[in-house]
Amino acid sequence: MQRSVVNSYELRNDFPILKKKINGKELVYLDNASTTQKPYSVINSITDFYSNYNSNIHRAVYQLAEEATTLYEQSREKIANFISVRPEEIVFTRNTTESINLIAHSWARTNLKKDDGIAISELEHHSNIVPWQILSQEIGTRLEYVGIDENGFLDLEHLIELISSKKVKLVSLSHMSNVLGTIVPIERIIKIAHENDIPVMVDGAQSVPHMPVNVKNMDCDFLVFSAHKMLGPTGVGVLYAKKEFLEKMRPFMGGGDMIKEVFKFHTNYNEVPYKFEAGTPNIADVVGFGAAIDYLKKIGMENIRKHEIDLTEYALDSILSINHLTVYGPRDPNYRGGVISFNIADIHPHDLATIMNDHGIAIRSGHHCAQVLMQRLDVPATSRASFYIYNTKEEIDKFVNAIKEAGRIFKI
Amino acid sequence: MSDDIYREIILDHYRNPRNKGKLENADVTVHDSNPLCGDEIDIHLKVDGGVIRDVKFEGKGCAISQASASMLTELVMGKDLDVIKDLKKEDILENIGLTNLGPARIKCALLSLKVLKVGMVKYYSENDPKSAEQIKNESSLY
Repeated sequence: MQRSVVNSYELRNDFPILKKKINGKELVYLDNASTTQKPYSVINSITDFYSNYNSNIHRAVYQLAEEATTLYEQSREKIANFISVRPEEIVFTRNTTESINLIAHSWARTNLKKDDGIAISELEHHSNIVPWQILSQEIGTRLEYVGIDENGFLDLEHLIELISSKKVKLVSLSHMSNVLGTIVPIERIIKIAHENDIPVMVDGAQSVPHMPVNVKNMDCDFLVFSAHKMLGPTGVGVLYAKKEFLEKMRPFMGGGDMIKEVFKFHTNYNEVPYKFEAGTPNIADVVGFGAAIDYLKKIGMENIRKHEIDLTEYALDSILSINHLTVYGPRDPNYRGGVISFNIADIHPHDLATIMNDHGIAIRSGHHCAQVLMQRLDVPATSRASFYIYNTKEEIDKFVNAIKEAGRIFKI
Repeated sequence: MSDDIYREIILDHYRNPRNKGKLENADVTVHDSNPLCGDEIDIHLKVDGGVIRDVKFEGKGCAISQASASMLTELVMGKDLDVIKDLKKEDILENIGLTNLGPARIKCALLSLKVLKVGMVKYYSENDPKSAEQIKNESSLY
């Protein structure tokens, strides 16, 4: 294994919150799959926007508005460049969830019909389940679940069968599981789906922040992700869709900015992507997201991925040596992200998280918005630690010691 | 800190819950869960002459929620409904000896009381709507 190329100890100085003390201990933040912390550059860019550029975009002709518009559109360019697509293929939403709902509303509702199947997997986050259930109730589409094996890998054979038998008309998959960390072989799936003329939606909420994602190579039809899981602010999501899809999709919401001309009884819509951005958007946070992209690019996504493989391997080795501890998901760090779900003996995850908090350690406990997966694993909940660029092996040692401490308190 | 929460008695009720299981011919059965963490509690009550003659609970969840439910069944067994009607959240926290829980974990401790109160409302709504209304109003305090 190559040594970590990210200097976490140095990077940590860029994140003011990491200096915070919890119960007298240094904060060890291991809930990055949920949301990540923000560096000064992101925080400052938002302050700078409100201090020096604040105005509404796309309309007014005065200088301030032009500057704000430029900053907002520069962020769109940065994000397009980050995943290798065209800026007009980037739609800003509130979050990944809204992006998927937009696809369900504006694409699936008009392109799918009764009895058409939608393939998702047992790994999905609720945001890639519930919108399709709602659609099914409304227009009679059917959900087809692709199962997973005991290591958390997709049953590819079943998926390929669903695709080649044309039972499904849309494949909508998480690229990386937010619970097991499983990385799905999405390029291969997209290739097979396209050979059968079936479009693919990729939930990149966990993958885009943690590994290089190149849409040009991947060739997905839709990709969705959130700014706040990649150092950016909350309240900004991204929908990427191929331009030919966006152009044929009907609007999501109607209102200002998404129009070209409005008459008493009809409207000509604006061109893409503006057709899908009704109303004043979250301008300052989109600008902040641009600063987050700059920060990530400076480190390099390849390096971030290597750092997380390194941390994950170290963490897995450590915790698997603890008695009565079960880890869910793939063992090989090359096939998984830096997300580790586990249970220890009969300690409920919420009790474990409470004990962890004594040590200043923030881990997640519960169903992680993936109850279908919990049912598949036959557990009510799991504990989850998830890593990012600023996490260190020293923090993982603290985390492992706290698990052992929990074992002592629970007399295991 | 956690050593104060996970005392012997909590772990004992968690691992050896009292009055756990189903109650055949229950007069009232109520289920509720905490959507935040997935804790689940069912309470079955057998009521006769204004007195809880038998109570059992089923559930899954953290040590706090399950121990609290177990201890609650011991608290209310054989008691007059009038007494139980007035049970406050402070009574429960005192009963389980956890008065310093944070806002997230306090919900775990109080889930069983919430279920019990809904059960009481269900029971009273048939013959004593006034009492049912009173419990409802007071229960919305937490």
